[in-house]
Amino acid sequence: MSTRLSTGGRLIDRSRQLTFTFNGKSFKGVEGDTLASALLANSQTIMGRSFKYHRPRGVMTSGAEEPNALMGLGKGAKFEPNQRATTTELFDGLTAESQNHWPSLDWDIGEVNAALSRFLPAGFYYKTFIHPRPFWKHVFEPVIRQSAGLGKVPKERDADRYEHFYAHVDVVIAGGGIAGLQSALEAGRAGARVLLCEQTPHFGGRAPVDGVSIDGKPAEDWVAATLSELEGMDNVHIRPRTMVAGVYDHGYVIAYERVADHTPEADAPRHRLWRIRTKQVISATGALERPLSFPGNDKPGVMLASAMRDYIVNWGVSAGDRTVVVTNNDDAYRTAIAIKQAGLDVPCIVDARPEANGALPDQARALGIEVKTGMGIAGVKGLRGVVAVKLCRQAGEGAVVEEVVCDAVAMSGGWSPVVHLWSHCGGKLNWDEAGAFFRPDHARPPTSHDGAGFVTCVGSSDGALYAAEVLPNTSAATRGMLGQIGKTAADAPVVQADAPDEAPLAPIWMMPQGAGPKKRAKMWLDFQNDVKVSDVQLAAREGYESVEHTKRYTTLGMATDQGKLSNINGLAILAGELNAAIPQVGTTTFRPPYTPISMGAIAGEARGDVFQPLRRTPMQDWHEANGAHWEPVGQWRRPYCFPRDGESHRQAVNREITATRNSLGLLDASTLGKIIVKGPDAGRFMDMLYTNMMSTLKPGKCRYGLMCSENGFLMDDGVVARLDEDTFLCHTTTGGTESIHAHMEDWLQCEWWDWKVYTANVTEQWAQVAVVGPNARKVLQKLGGDIDLSKDALPFMAWAEGKLGAFDARVFRISFSGELSFEVAVPASQGRALWEALLDAGAEFDATPYGTEALHVMRAEKGFIMIGDETDGTVIPQDLGLDWAISKKKDDFLGKRGQQRSHMTDPARWKLVGLETLDGSVLPDGSYAMAEGENANGQGNTQGRVTSTYYSPTLDKGIAMGLVLNGPDRMGEVLEFNTTGDRTVKARIVSPVFYDPEGEKQNV
Amino acid sequence: MRRYSAFAIAREAARHHQGWERAWKSPAPKKSYDAIIVGAGGHGLATAYYLGRNHGIRNVAVIEKGWLGGGNTGRNTTIIRSNYLQDPSAAIFEKARSLYETLSQDLNYNIMFSPRGVMMLAQTEHELRGWQRTAHANKLQGIETEFIGPKKVKELCPIINLDGPRYPVLGALWQARGGTARHDAVAWGYARACSDMGMDIIQQTEVTGVRRDGGKVIGVETTKGFIGCTKLGIVVAGHSGVLAEMAGFRLPIESVALQALVSEPIKPCMDVVVMANTVHGYMSQSDKGEMVIGGGADGYNNYTQRGSFHHVEETVRALVETFPIISRLKMLRWWGGIVDMTGDRSPILSTTPVENCFINCGWGTGGFKAIPGSGWAMAELMAKGHSPLAEEFSLTRFREGRFIDESVAAGVAH
Repeated sequence: MSTRLSTGGRLIDRSRQLTFTFNGKSFKGVEGDTLASALLANSQTIMGRSFKYHRPRGVMTSGAEEPNALMGLGKGAKFEPNQRATTTELFDGLTAESQNHWPSLDWDIGEVNAALSRFLPAGFYYKTFIHPRPFWKHVFEPVIRQSAGLGKVPKERDADRYEHFYAHVDVVIAGGGIAGLQSALEAGRAGARVLLCEQTPHFGGRAPVDGVSIDGKPAEDWVAATLSELEGMDNVHIRPRTMVAGVYDHGYVIAYERVADHTPEADAPRHRLWRIRTKQVISATGALERPLSFPGNDKPGVMLASAMRDYIVNWGVSAGDRTVVVTNNDDAYRTAIAIKQAGLDVPCIVDARPEANGALPDQARALGIEVKTGMGIAGVKGLRGVVAVKLCRQAGEGAVVEEVVCDAVAMSGGWSPVVHLWSHCGGKLNWDEAGAFFRPDHARPPTSHDGAGFVTCVGSSDGALYAAEVLPNTSAATRGMLGQIGKTAADAPVVQADAPDEAPLAPIWMMPQGAGPKKRAKMWLDFQNDVKVSDVQLAAREGYESVEHTKRYTTLGMATDQGKLSNINGLAILAGELNAAIPQVGTTTFRPPYTPISMGAIAGEARGDVFQPLRRTPMQDWHEANGAHWEPVGQWRRPYCFPRDGESHRQAVNREITATRNSLGLLDASTLGKIIVKGPDAGRFMDMLYTNMMSTLKPGKCRYGLMCSENGFLMDDGVVARLDEDTFLCHTTTGGTESIHAHMEDWLQCEWWDWKVYTANVTEQWAQVAVVGPNARKVLQKLGGDIDLSKDALPFMAWAEGKLGAFDARVFRISFSGELSFEVAVPASQGRALWEALLDAGAEFDATPYGTEALHVMRAEKGFIMIGDETDGTVIPQDLGLDWAISKKKDDFLGKRGQQRSHMTDPARWKLVGLETLDGSVLPDGSYAMAEGENANGQGNTQGRVTSTYYSPTLDKGIAMGLVLNGPDRMGEVLEFNTTGDRTVKARIVSPVFYDPEGEKQNV
Repeated sequence: MRRYSAFAIAREAARHHQGWERAWKSPAPKKSYDAIIVGAGGHGLATAYYLGRNHGIRNVAVIEKGWLGGGNTGRNTTIIRSNYLQDPSAAIFEKARSLYETLSQDLNYNIMFSPRGVMMLAQTEHELRGWQRTAHANKLQGIETEFIGPKKVKELCPIINLDGPRYPVLGALWQARGGTARHDAVAWGYARACSDMGMDIIQQTEVTGVRRDGGKVIGVETTKGFIGCTKLGIVVAGHSGVLAEMAGFRLPIESVALQALVSEPIKPCMDVVVMANTVHGYMSQSDKGEMVIGGGADGYNNYTQRGSFHHVEETVRALVETFPIISRLKMLRWWGGIVDMTGDRSPILSTTPVENCFINCGWGTGGFKAIPGSGWAMAELMAKGHSPLAEEFSLTRFREGRFIDESVAAGVAH
C-alpha cells in the first residue's frame, strides 16, 4: 500500500499540513506535495479511469507526461477538467475529483467495456454500427460520445484572468535541470540576454533525485549555487512554472506560465502566455522514461521506475511496501536502491537482459536485492491493484516460472530524449541504435531566416543521458550556439558530474518476447486511450502501415499526453510487425504545444468588453446617453436608431426619416473612412485607383468615385474631394476603410513603388456630421462663420474650408439622402461641441439625430447603391447603371481589363432596377426572382434577386432595389419572388429612384 | 472483400483478431491503366471509386507520393454542409452531402457521418441579410436550410454566449442535415472499396513527369518507372501547380496554410457545428470529446504545414468569447495544412489544354465536405468528357470572368 514514509522528501515541509478533498472526502497533505504525491500518501492508488475501457488506473508518472491521474479541479467558475495530479501543486482547500466514471471511481459501469474488450479492438467502430443507417446518429453515436470524453464540462464563465507577456531575448532556454542551468550559466557569462524557463516549481531536474554529484558536491548544492549566480546576472531572467510550449519560424517562441494555479486566491492572472522573439533556443528538456510492454502493465500500482524514485526522494512517499522492479537498463536499479534505502522491501529486480554487472546492479546486490536476469513479467495479479507478478523467461512465450508477491511494480523500458522543441519547426532526428531512441540530427536542425539552425538540444534532450556526459555536452553545444550569435563564451572550466557508469540497455519492446495474441492484448502502449500491442499489430496487419495510419486507426499517441509515453514503444511494435527498421517507420509529427495550454491563456485579456478594440467617435457618449440602439460596423458601433420612450426600432427609424425629409436630420458620419492621398503623382495614382478620371478634379470640388478590384468587381465607393493640387481626400465606406487603405498601399509598395505618393488614414482625426434636410443650410448659417454656404458659392459637389461659428470646419456639399445636405468635418476634438451646437441651433427645426437604418432607407428611396448590399464581390459598376462613372478616356485603371472579359461584357447580365410589390408589402430580404424550369442540376432557375428592401415611410409602401436579368429593358414587367416558405411575392420592375428623380431637393 | 459487421468482429474476436485481411492491397504498378489518378486523398480516391461504380472503368491506378489520405483529407475539421449561395457550389456540395448520408452503407465502412446540424451565426445586420439571401437561394436549390432566431440558437447550442457585448448573436442559418464525419475513415473506406474493385492504390510513389504524345497524355513518369494511361486525372490539392507544369499548363492557384486545433476531451456539451464568421472561428465536438476548432487561413503563401501563432490566437480568442466555458479547457494539439486557393475561392474541375488530362483542385479551405460530390463529378468528367456538376468549375471561367464567388456568404469559414 502506498503511504507517507517517516523520513525523507526533499521538496516537502512536513510541519505545514494542508487539507484538501478528493471525491468529496477530506485528506491531509503537506506543503510541497503535488496532488499525486498527496493522494499516494493517503493510500489512494486508484486515481482515474481509462478512456475506452474505463479500466481503473493509478498514477504512472511524476510529471507532465501523466496519462492516468487526470482530475477535475476546483468548483463553479474555477472548475477545470483534465488537470494532471502530477503537476498540480497542493494548496490548502484544493478540491479534486476523478473523471470518466459512473457512478463512482471504484464502481464504474463503463468497466463493462473492459470485459468486452475482445470485441472492441482498434478501429472496431469502422467495421460496425453501419446498419440500420439512422442508428448511428440516434443510438450508437450518442452512447459512444457519452462513454468517451474525459473530464466534466465547465458550467460557468471563467472567473480568472489571463495575460500576455512579450519578450525579446538572445536565448530562450527550455528546462531548468542541470543542463539548462549550465547552459544559462554559459550564455549569461557571455553577456547574452537569457530567458530560462522551467516547467515545474523546482530547478535541478533529475540530478538531485539520482544522487549525482557535481564538482565533488551533491547536485543539490551545485544547483543552488548556480541559481544564485544566475540570479545575480542582469541579463538572465529565470521563470519557474513556465513551459516552453512551441517553437515557430524565425525564432518565435511561445511559453506558458502557470502563475497562480497553486495560489487560486491570489490577485494575479492565472496563466501568462509569453510571446518571445529569440535568436536561439536551447532545448534542455531532458528525457522521458518509457514503460515496458508486459501483460497487465496498466494496473494501479505499476509505475515508471523514475516516478517511484521521485515520490520517495522528493516527497517521502512510497508506492508500495513490496516493489518488484522490472527493467531493461541500469537506471532502474537506482529505484530499487532508493526503495531499499527507504526501508522498504524489493523482493527482486527482474532484468530482461541476459546479464547485469554494472556498478548499479552490484550496489543493488550488495543491498541484498535479488537480481533475476533474462527474465520478464508474464502477468500481474490483482484486480484493483497489484497482488503479485508472474515471472517468465524473457526469451520465451510466457510460461510462468514463479510468482512473486508484491504490491507495486516499478518498470523502466529506457529513456527517450524530449526532442519536441527541436522538431516543432522542422528539425530532423536520427535513430540511436545503442540507446534505442531518436536524437537530434545536428546536420538537419530547424533553420531560421538565414538558413542557419536556431534550436540546440543539450544534455539528455540531445541524447546525452548519463550524468557525466550532460555538462560537457551542454557547455560545448551552448558555446557553439553563442558563436552563432556573436557572443564569446567566458573562459571557465567545465565542471564535472559524477555518477556510477551504466551498462547499455537492451531494447525490449515486448515482454516476453514470444508472447501470444492473448498476452499481447493485455500489454498497454497508450494507457489513456487503451491502445495495446495487439492493436498496433492489427493495424499493421490490415494495411494501416504508415505510422500516421497506425496512429489514426488505433488512436495511439492521441491522448492528452500526445504519445510521450507510448510513441516509441508503439513505433517499435509497428516496425517489428512490418519487419522494418524503426527509423524507416519514422515518427508522427511533433506539434505544439509540448503539453496542453489553457484556451484562456491564448485568448489573454481579450474578452467581454475588450474582446476587440472598440472604436468610438467623438459623439459616442452623447449617443449612449440618448438611448442609441447599436449596430456593430467593423470595430465601430454605430447608432442604428435613437428610439424614444415606448418606440419600437421601426417607429424610431420612420420618425427619423420623416423629420429629416421634412426639416432637419443629423447623422454622426465620423466613422466614414477618410484617406489622404498626397504627392506629385497623386493624380496619376487616383486615376489608376478609381474608375473615374480624378486627376481633372479641381481643388474645391468633389466627385463620387468607384474603386474596383483587378477582376473588375466593385469594391468601394465614396466622394473624393481635391484639397489642393497635390492632395486628395478619399471618403470610403465605414467597413472598408482599413482594407482600402491596405489596397492602396499594396499597389504603391508592390507595383508603383517609384511613384511619388503617400497615403494616410485620417479617419479618426476628424469628426463628421451630415446635416441633412430642407433646413440644413439655415442651421449652418445660424452658426455663423466665414464660409459662404449659398447655393452659388457652394453648389452641389463642392466643398469649402473656413470657420463655421467657432469651429475650424470643412463643409462638403454632398448628399446620400437626396436632400439638401452638408457634411461638416471638424477636428475630432471639436466633434462633440459641433454636434451639440448643431442640436442647439437646430432646435427650432426639430433637429433629429438619425441612425444607420434611416440612412439606408433614405439612400434606397433615392436609388443610391450601398456597397455590400447592391454589391457582393460579383457585381461590376456597369451592372448598377454606373457606366457614367467609368472613364472612357483613361488608358488604364484597376479593373479595366477585368471588365473587358467576355462574361462581363455579355449584354445578358443582371442589372439594377427598382422593385415594387403589387400589394405594397416589403419584399423579403435576399429573395430571388424565379424563372421557368430547372437547370441541369435540378435547381430552380432564377432571373434576379433583391439587393435592398425597406418600408419607405416617405412613400408609405415597400420599396426595393434588385438585380434582374436585362432589368432596365423590362420596366413594368411583373416578376415572382420566392420566400423561404411556400408563398411567392409578385413585384413590378420600376426605376430604382423612388424619390425626387429630378434631384431638385439636393440641388436647392 | 470480406464484409465488415458486428458478426465479423465476433468471429474474429474468437481467434484474437488474427484473421482480418488487408483493408487495401499493396500492388506493384502494372504497365498501363485505362485511367490513372494522381493523388490518393479523399478526392482522388472518390474519383477512382465512382469511375468504377458509375462508369465501369476499373482498370485504374491511384498513385500517391506519401500515404493515402495523408494530406488535407486527414487534417481538416470534418465539417459537412451544403448551404452555399451560388448555384454551382450548392449543387456539388449538396451532391456530396447527400452521398455522405449513405456512404457508410455504400462502402461497408463506417465513416461516421453524423448529421448533427450546422449553424452559421449572424452577428451583424449585414451578415444577417447575407444569410437570409442564402436561405432564399437554398430554397430554390432544393437545400434544406432555415434562418433561425437567437432563442433557437441557444436551444440547439446551450454553451453559446448570445449576448457577447461586442457582437450579439442575431440569428443563424441552420442546416439540420449538415454535420461531421470521421475524415480518415472517408479515405480508408474509399481506398478499401477501390481496392476491392481491382483498382491499384500505389503508395509511396511520386509522379515526376507527365508523358505526352502530341497534345495527348499517354502516361506518367514515376519513382517506380513509367506507367501508361489512356486518361489522367490530377487530384493533388496543394501540389496541383507542380503537376500542371509537368503536364504543360499553368493554374491560377495559390497555396496558404490553414490551421486547426483541438482541446483535451470533455464529456458531450455541444451537439451541433457552429461557425462564427464575424469573429473568425468555428467549433464542434468530436465523438472523442475534443472541441475541434478552426479559423481563417494565414495571410501569406507558403508550403510549410505549420502556420503562425497569431492566427491561432485570433481563432481561440473569438471562440472563448463565443463559448466562454472553453476558457478553462486546454489546447491539446494544433496543426496546419496547405490549401490550394483560386482567385474566386471555388474549385477547378476541368478538362485541360492537354487532351485526356483532367484536373480537380482549388478546394481551398472547404474540400472535405465535397469529397463524394467532387469524385462523382470528376469521374463523370473523365468518363464522358462532360459533367453538369463540373460544368461551371472549368478553367475557362477565369478567362471569361465567370467567377463563382462565395465570399459574400462564406466569409472566412468556407
